[in-house]
Amino acid sequence: MKYVDEFRNRRHIAVLAELIAKEATRDYTFMEVCGGHTAAIHRFGIPSLLPPHVRLISGPGCPVCVTSARHIDALTALASGEDMTVALFGDLMRVPGTLMTPAEARAEGADVRLVLSAHEALELARLNPERKVVFSAIGFETTAPGTAVTVMQAYSEGIDNFFVLNAHKVMPPAMEVILREGTQIDGFICPGHVAVITGSAAFEFIPRKYGLACVVTGFEPTDILSAVMMLIRQVNRSRPSVEIQYRRAVSVAGNIKAQGYMNEVFEPADVEWRGLGVIPLSGLRLRDTYRHFDAAVFPVYLPESARPNGCICGDILRGVSRPPDCELFASLCTPDHPEGACMVSDEGSCNTWYKYHSHE
Amino acid sequence: MSEKITLSHGSGGRQAQALIRDHFAARFGMTGPMTDSALLAVPSSRIAFTTDSYVIDPLFFPGGNIGKLAVCGTVNDLAVSGAVPMYLSAAFIIEEGFEIDQLALIVSSMADEAEAAGVRIVTGDTKVVERGKCDRIFINTAGVGVLSEELMHISSGSSVREGDRLIINGPPGDHAVTILASRRNLSFDTPMRSDCASLNHLIRKVVERPSAVHFMRDLTRGGLAAVLNELAGMTRCGITVDESSVPVEEAVRGLCEILGFDPLTLASEGRVLIVAAADEADAIVERMHTDHQGRGTAIIGVITAGGDGRVILKSTTGGSRFLEMPSGQLLPRIC
Repeated sequence: MKYVDEFRNRRHIAVLAELIAKEATRDYTFMEVCGGHTAAIHRFGIPSLLPPHVRLISGPGCPVCVTSARHIDALTALASGEDMTVALFGDLMRVPGTLMTPAEARAEGADVRLVLSAHEALELARLNPERKVVFSAIGFETTAPGTAVTVMQAYSEGIDNFFVLNAHKVMPPAMEVILREGTQIDGFICPGHVAVITGSAAFEFIPRKYGLACVVTGFEPTDILSAVMMLIRQVNRSRPSVEIQYRRAVSVAGNIKAQGYMNEVFEPADVEWRGLGVIPLSGLRLRDTYRHFDAAVFPVYLPESARPNGCICGDILRGVSRPPDCELFASLCTPDHPEGACMVSDEGSCNTWYKYHSHE
Repeated sequence: MSEKITLSHGSGGRQAQALIRDHFAARFGMTGPMTDSALLAVPSSRIAFTTDSYVIDPLFFPGGNIGKLAVCGTVNDLAVSGAVPMYLSAAFIIEEGFEIDQLALIVSSMADEAEAAGVRIVTGDTKVVERGKCDRIFINTAGVGVLSEELMHISSGSSVREGDRLIINGPPGDHAVTILASRRNLSFDTPMRSDCASLNHLIRKVVERPSAVHFMRDLTRGGLAAVLNELAGMTRCGITVDESSVPVEEAVRGLCEILGFDPLTLASEGRVLIVAAADEADAIVERMHTDHQGRGTAIIGVITAGGDGRVILKSTTGGSRFLEMPSGQLLPRIC
């Protein structure tokens, strides 16, 4: 397939792996902070192509995994309302809230619909004027512009039965928290899709303030291996910077138009990340002009939150622990019966480990 | 406006009799008196017996419809067990208000597919439920086939051994992608068609030498990944699949790239996995290539010793990983 096969060329991959083996003269730990990278790294068997002293660990890059249980609780509570429809991305269906998953709420009769975009949720609102449609807005800079454009559309059409339960987040503050909390890494594999929107400039503070290597990369095996090699070179030369490997999609300034939409609709706000707690200014709140679309206007009863005993999703999201370190992993917590959020999504660290690694 | 199914079509009264006579019995070639059971002769003391229900949405899709699927699916379940499919039942649960023209199209496809597969639909049932109590039409088919002693080993995989080759008859996932695309109104440069087809004629060619074939299963829900894991679990053998040798349609690959699916986990309705003795595999592939349903046949992997029931995928990139049993429903990725 054009634009795919070229980046999966076995010979190019072998050459890159050889180069890495030659240049990797010490121990290196790099963190990827995008769920898409986590999934690609394991799907293509990248660790099996790297020398053992080049370690890749996963950070908080799966939007489903970092979505708080309270968001799920609010969704299921809203969905049980008489004239309410909740529209969400498929990945959220099986994420455990405190009491139940959205899938379980649907089985109990709640009107929960799967959508592929915010626009699809707005269309539901147009088609069902008698119902209040709540869109579960999750994701990073990748999905936030879509929500922003949709909210602007609803505003200009004067639609009054469309609402957003907002859990959007932005990535750079979370990366900073991880560094402040002392996770030991040599550099970041920076998120490619996020950077398409933000531009690589969003990560400049990392080499400047923390002296760590950064490479923005794509999602194909040659992309990821090239990025690992570039990171190793930055470390070896003690010259940390933000390099763009993913030049076919990413620029320094990013997608100015999308940034404009986000800025029009949202303002920075504190937000809770599952496993990381509240991170200042890492979330996006609807600005006053658009505040009436906020599903927070509906009063819902939220149960006392309770974390499953022994679940270490928080440590895994910070890169402090790896999935097999969790005593629930592959025993009590499996993709069929996820206890923690990292096991739910296809891009979650635990789910990926379960799928692609040895376990008993 | 076309005629619609009403509750009285399921009442057992005059309308019900007329529906059965004009739309089912006539089309399925049931000429004898209406009895409670079909009385059948089978030329063997060993039969294979299976049943499946069909609730697909949309009812009509490129390459088939719920009726064709209901025949193919059950014929294939019999055929991959090594049996020669002979008789089917067909039971319909129809929602009040369903258009009789649509029903006629569905029944017609069933009759055509049964004829092509060489099976007879010999008994059936119709129920009509109130509007909203089912989604337009559900179909159940059961099937009976006859089985020779020398093919009894196929469904259990008990003869599978180290060195056996894995063969599939074409690219997997076309059915799933076609359904997904119809549901989401996605279109492709090259139009996708479901692979929905009866495989019993192809499979007759495969089992020409019964001892050469050690296992067969059709690649329905869960796709190749599910079938390989079931086989590995049943036999405790290892399985190694070479990803680059698995044929996949461009459109399927494209959609999988966009939505984050793995083609190896997508359902087909006209694809079969065959495990064959190493020294017979090439001859089987050659015979399969002569059949319309076997033109895309390829050898994709091998049975290994001591894999302890795990499936290893050698990826196109040169790395390798476990190919796991798919879990949950297919979820599109969100970023």
